[in-house]
Amino acid sequence: MTRVAVLGVGKVGTAIARAALAAGHEVTVAGSGDPEPVRFITEIMAPGVAVAAAYDAVEGSEIVVLSIPLPKLASLDPEMLAGRVVVDAMNHWEPTDGALPAIFDGHATTSEAVAAHLAGARVVKALNHIGYHEMEADAREFDAADRRGLAAVSDDAAAARVVAEFVSSLGFDTLAAGGLAHSAALEPGSELFAGSFPVADVARLLGDAGAQIHAPAPTATR
Amino acid sequence: MQLGVYSFGNQATDPATGGLVSTAQAQRDLLEAIVLADQVGLEFFGIGEHHTEEMPASAASVILGAAASQTKRIRLASAVTVLSTDDPVRIFQQFATLDALSNGRAEITAGRGSSVESYPLFGYRLEDYDRLYAEKLELLLKVNEQATVTWSGSVRAALDEQLVVPRPDRGSLPIWLGTGGSPNSTVRAGQLQLPVSYGIIGGDPVRFKALADLYRRAWAAGPETTRHPLISVGNPGFIGETDREARDTFWPTWYRGMADIGRRRGFAPPIREHFDIEAEGGALFVGEPEQIANRIIRLHHAMGHSRQFLQMDFLGLPQRDLLRSIELLGTKVKPLVDAELGPEPEVVPNPLDGGPAPAQTGAAS
Repeated sequence: MTRVAVLGVGKVGTAIARAALAAGHEVTVAGSGDPEPVRFITEIMAPGVAVAAAYDAVEGSEIVVLSIPLPKLASLDPEMLAGRVVVDAMNHWEPTDGALPAIFDGHATTSEAVAAHLAGARVVKALNHIGYHEMEADAREFDAADRRGLAAVSDDAAAARVVAEFVSSLGFDTLAAGGLAHSAALEPGSELFAGSFPVADVARLLGDAGAQIHAPAPTATR
Repeated sequence: MQLGVYSFGNQATDPATGGLVSTAQAQRDLLEAIVLADQVGLEFFGIGEHHTEEMPASAASVILGAAASQTKRIRLASAVTVLSTDDPVRIFQQFATLDALSNGRAEITAGRGSSVESYPLFGYRLEDYDRLYAEKLELLLKVNEQATVTWSGSVRAALDEQLVVPRPDRGSLPIWLGTGGSPNSTVRAGQLQLPVSYGIIGGDPVRFKALADLYRRAWAAGPETTRHPLISVGNPGFIGETDREARDTFWPTWYRGMADIGRRRGFAPPIREHFDIEAEGGALFVGEPEQIANRIIRLHHAMGHSRQFLQMDFLGLPQRDLLRSIELLGTKVKPLVDAELGPEPEVVPNPLDGGPAPAQTGAAS
């Protein structure tokens, strides 16, 4: 059981919160402001999750999932997330978001831009390359033959392992890999982003995304 | 259950040349499709504002205006109007005019739109996305409510007791909120007590049951009203004589359409295996009439929606295939759905009608 904070209550945030709760984790969800409107949503979209203000949700959590629109990145307080294991589940949708020069500020990948803004946070790129509606539909038992593979990429090997284990618990074979600079392999436009693959193919498609950190963590949950 | 079709405009394949028809011909093809949809008894046709060569339906109210004079019963709507980059006063005037010419059959679906070509086209900044939508929705609802409008905001010139005409015979127009399924937009539609229209493009649509519940709950938390929460669903679909025929006809056009969007948005082209899975039990209602009828009925039992419409004409679909699919929807699917859920009245109800609450049917099967 892991204490998970999910920041953002859109399609992705509510789907991750439900999946995490189903996997037996303790989940607290937060929106951008007052918890009340968020509770209104989660009572139906993710019944059973706790709701709090962002600072309270993050406080005491072991993993923080970011599922807000990327253009809102600047609204996140870096101090709040300093030292935390942070899952960047966001994507840059250039056709709808625009180029976001202020956010990218010279960085090539979304997660590098996130890591630059959240100085001191242990940023891991994960859960961005699975459709929100697939989060529950594609989850499988540990030894299922058709278990889908996902990736957790970070400059922080220990953080990548923590997140890989978390994602595995949701029902996926998860590969921890090194190197945020290579996380373009998970972004929109990549083969990995567009498709659904067993974990062996994920390893192959990650290619340059640095060395694999360890084999998928065996897990009894789900 | 109201059944219908929606389109973003389509450059059909020209059987004579094998190439794509002109963007001008695409407008005439669309009009032909609306007229047929009315003739075969469908209740709804929606046009989604797009500004690309492949999807050239940029002026929905003009096409719908032409359709108004050639149709009798079908309701004519935008699906969606990209509200953020248009002027709410102008949108209202155009659809109020359409409403007058069609004897009360016009509707607006206001949304953010899934594409953003209209931002540079009309000189808006993507950074203002949220503010543009919020302010313009507020103004559109205000203009819809009263003929003389006083409004001020940051996205357009203020109005000081300005008259906005024509006024619809009913006093106002049905305005739906269109969304791809965001919980926030769902709550907003419920709180504003507006009908909500979901565009569903992937996964089993039955999962939208939770959003439907959220919408009704947000509505119920608001003031007493004689109106009732209304839900419509639009998704890709295509009807053929057999499942096999429907899928084989639709696949190339779906592939081209998605590959084209993918090129611009960073998706890889679709693969046939995933398409068949989605056509089997996902968001793509592609198959023979009985299968599609059953899926519409199943979705109704989950969400309690009262209108279902399908987008059939992705890039290059020959016009004759579109017309055949519309005909099958009206002549084969509709009787099956009506037999299960009851027939629609001869005069299709205006969403503004109070009427009885839509029956809340059983749990999802």
